[in-house]
Amino acid sequence: MASDDIWILGIAMTKFGKHSDKDIVDLGSQAAIAALADAGVTMADIGILAAGNLMGAGAGFGQQLQKQIGQTGIPVFNVANACATGATALRTAIMAVKAGEARMGLAVGAEKLSGAGLLGGGGASKKSGNKFEPSGRFGSVLPTDGRIGTDTMPGTFAQVGMEYGHKYGGVSFELFARISEKNHAHSVLNPMAAYQKRFTLDEIMNDMMIAYPNTRPMCSANCDGAAAAVVTSGEVLRTLSKEQQRRAIKVSASVLTSDPYQEACQVLPDVNTLTRNAAIIAYEQAGVSPSDLDLVELHDCFATAELVHYDNLMLCPEGGAVDFFMSGATWRDGSTPVNVSGGLESKGHPIAATGIANIWEVCHHLRNEAGDRQIKDAKVGLAHVIGLGSACGIHILERSGL
Amino acid sequence: MAQQIPHVAYLELGDSPHLVANECTTCGARYFDRRNACAKCFNNDFKKAAISQDGILKSFTIVAFAAPGVPVPFVAGIIDCNGTSVRGNIVDCDPTPEKVSLGMKVRLTTFSLGTDEDGTEAIGFGFAPA
Repeated sequence: MASDDIWILGIAMTKFGKHSDKDIVDLGSQAAIAALADAGVTMADIGILAAGNLMGAGAGFGQQLQKQIGQTGIPVFNVANACATGATALRTAIMAVKAGEARMGLAVGAEKLSGAGLLGGGGASKKSGNKFEPSGRFGSVLPTDGRIGTDTMPGTFAQVGMEYGHKYGGVSFELFARISEKNHAHSVLNPMAAYQKRFTLDEIMNDMMIAYPNTRPMCSANCDGAAAAVVTSGEVLRTLSKEQQRRAIKVSASVLTSDPYQEACQVLPDVNTLTRNAAIIAYEQAGVSPSDLDLVELHDCFATAELVHYDNLMLCPEGGAVDFFMSGATWRDGSTPVNVSGGLESKGHPIAATGIANIWEVCHHLRNEAGDRQIKDAKVGLAHVIGLGSACGIHILERSGL
Repeated sequence: MAQQIPHVAYLELGDSPHLVANECTTCGARYFDRRNACAKCFNNDFKKAAISQDGILKSFTIVAFAAPGVPVPFVAGIIDCNGTSVRGNIVDCDPTPEKVSLGMKVRLTTFSLGTDEDGTEAIGFGFAPA
């Protein structure tokens, strides 16, 4: 192994779901302590902590965590980057190790979102009073959500999927529901998922409509959870035990992008360009091509989003996402299994934990430790998240081969 | 006649209501909100540009579940107005997948959003099937 390679030495996640007896620090501590144990190290070995929590951003989650798992005086970076918060925490720890500033880094993401309901809508509330006065960057005299389009997440991502349909054709309510059917079917094998229920296509299509074409089971599940990872360099890994070296997972690519200017991005968030840009960089960094991937965990915050990311991650030819999905390629027995964890629609989406939990999933397959849902002989995997606004994190992971 | 005020500053009222963008004088990028500089080319000089009232619906969703106080269902869409993307609701049309379709032609329309205590009427906009 090269000295400057980056390795995941240990990684852990809590079960996703409702944890009413635990606060965010409990969940973060549980994941962090388990990740340290998985790595065979302690807080004394860690040189940097990157801590992600979105809903409580500003409260110093990292320092709160240290008080429960070990106050060693190391630098703490509290990060918040929408739904890419976890991947951003990991990327921060990786950069510190890569720069030689720390021998090992710990990244943690935790969120409590059970019962949070609809996200994104109604944010632009106006002050009380009965006079129309223009305010804000649009000079609006009344709230715009619901009157000039929608700010809700289900509606925003519904439009992302429908826009793909306008560009390339072939989309339908049923197509998007079939994507959700796949992910819920996958979740049955994942005991860490918030929901492990298989739905029929009819059940999905006849469930409560949230924002056409997304019904409730086609939306990510708000829940509680945490995930954490310990990263180190090849130079340090060489000095560790054979068992640690065998279980370590190589981070062949670690990329974070934001959305570059595109004509329509001021009107509908563009989740495509930054994902494609990140994917191009990641494949080049890792020296792998999409056809080398044994599994992919991508950001299916809504069924409509999963479709566009097949294309953005170049798992299919440009414009070919519908045919690619309909071929069965992304089911767990297909050529490119996508979201064998059940994805955000069933595993759940505790925002800041998601970007590390998807890496946990891939690592478990690469270590051949994924139990009933193991993708046989998996060697290379990709994990992707999108934070609206936007931020995209992509990690390509490979088993050590030792 | 009671005074009118547009829902948003980028809606120009009058005989032929239309939307107006801040257009970058260097690269032509268009924005509907107040801008400090151009996100595309970093120039900070803008001029006003009238947006076509006619467009093509290039994406939509039918929102059935929204924040409290937002009437549902409604159709939220992205309209391609002769090369400029605009966000707006599709109005004067049943909010059903049978009546709304990708690629349909739409045209800007305006309507009252109510009056304030001084009798000033807020005028909103949407896009109706053309």
